[in-house]
Amino acid sequence: MKRDIIVIGGGASGLAAAISVKKEGKDVLLIEREERLGGILNQCIHNGFGLEVFKEEYTGPEYADIYIEEFNQLNIDYLVNTTVIKFNKIKDEFVLYTSSLAKGIQKYNAKSIIISTGCYERTRGSIIIPGDRPTGVITAGSAQRYLNIDGYMVGKRVFILGSGDIGLIMARRMYLEGAEVLGVAELMPYSNGLTRNIVQCLNDFDIPLYLSHTVTKITSDENNRLKSIVLQKVDDRFKPIEGTQKTFEVDTLLLSIGLIPDIVLLDSLDVEYDKLTKSVKVNQALETQVEGLFVAGNALQVHDLADNVSKESERAGYNAAKYVDNPKRKHKTIKLLSGENISYISPQYIDFAWPESDVICSFRSKGKIEKGLIEVIQGENKVLSKRLMYIVPAEMETFSLKIESLNENEDIIINLEAIK
Amino acid sequence: MKKKFICIVCPRGCHITVDDDGTISGNKCIRGIDYVKTEMTSPKRIVTSTVKTIFKELPRVSVKTDKPVPKNKIMEIMKELSKVIITEPMERGSIIIENIMNTGSNIVLTRSCMK
Repeated sequence: MKRDIIVIGGGASGLAAAISVKKEGKDVLLIEREERLGGILNQCIHNGFGLEVFKEEYTGPEYADIYIEEFNQLNIDYLVNTTVIKFNKIKDEFVLYTSSLAKGIQKYNAKSIIISTGCYERTRGSIIIPGDRPTGVITAGSAQRYLNIDGYMVGKRVFILGSGDIGLIMARRMYLEGAEVLGVAELMPYSNGLTRNIVQCLNDFDIPLYLSHTVTKITSDENNRLKSIVLQKVDDRFKPIEGTQKTFEVDTLLLSIGLIPDIVLLDSLDVEYDKLTKSVKVNQALETQVEGLFVAGNALQVHDLADNVSKESERAGYNAAKYVDNPKRKHKTIKLLSGENISYISPQYIDFAWPESDVICSFRSKGKIEKGLIEVIQGENKVLSKRLMYIVPAEMETFSLKIESLNENEDIIINLEAIK
Repeated sequence: MKKKFICIVCPRGCHITVDDDGTISGNKCIRGIDYVKTEMTSPKRIVTSTVKTIFKELPRVSVKTDKPVPKNKIMEIMKELSKVIITEPMERGSIIIENIMNTGSNIVLTRSCMK
């Protein structure tokens, strides 16, 4: 069962990647662990998808469906209810083992792999809230799945910790389904979600947003159900301020405290990790240090918009197809480094073995900057200088570089400066 | 009564205030005025939700209003949606309720149901 390219994951990323591979005339198999294609888009029933790609506003399921229709029209081969359990590269070939109820353990070989496995939610364990360990403390995305796919409400009196977009979307969703949503707390002095979500999900329903606040205590009742939480203001070093405690009687605490790329599958491969993106390092073709292994979408960096996931993954698909045509490349790489005010940059490398691939860079700023100047510097040479307005960490920014304008020997540094 | 808005026309997100006498301040461009005027007079939103089905494989199916509806009708629409049960296979875009609450907007499926 040898394939040209195998795509792992059938959400926004995998669908776009597989479609793009197939359009380049290559043989492709997509593997999805859930029972249907579409991934997390299926539970994102709100609108706001497609504005970038289709210039029209769709809901998540509609956005997924447009891709699934094209995917089916192209007759792309896929497996559902199938999990990749082991994955390796032996000589020039990738070997994959999958597990499924229908077929048991199967082995597949491929010349190239695209990782489109998305991301997972940070849980209570990753921020360590003192107090009891009752039921009723749940990630916002899990609550979203229970409500929108399975039809269960997880609670009636809800508080939300973290102002990530899923938390904001769930604040509105729970409110509309009849829950009382008492508030959203955010540790930072600014929101981590898109402004339009603050307005349409919180302000529309008078749900208060507590900036510079966090939950400092969780209390359970005798049945080990959540009973109350304590909200507390924090100082500029995120230390809770004594005397600012407020108690809320709630049965549910939703956590929307960040997303982490799901790249556990890559453990068995010789990839290089990036602490900043919490994923692996790639070059501009979205190829890792392992030749022929591509990563895209939220598995590479957590995006704000599904549209950007699709666009990035399309590039990964195109490049994987080019790799299959020409796998023996002479690599010559330079680094892209995060400079002042930059919290991360993707890709981390520019590889001159990929002269045909566009250099599209995305980054996030460390703080809020009203007017900024982004400068890309290689040695003595200023490669790019661009003004940007209203930069916030919650919104990813992009720029592109021309590979011809770069030399092959010096690393590149990206600085963001606040200007007047 | 003073009213405060955050403009969502562009990423700048101006904090705009409307005073008792109707004076608008805080907007950095003219689009902010239009935004606030609509929000003051007839704010509208697309409503998205799910409805029940009789199918075990797909117990809920997602729906939306095909046009924005007045903000003050949202809760009534939610109430209507809670009464709906889908009993037969239907395609994405199928109309479930026509002209809901006289808003001129239809409730449509945003995914196909068992089709």
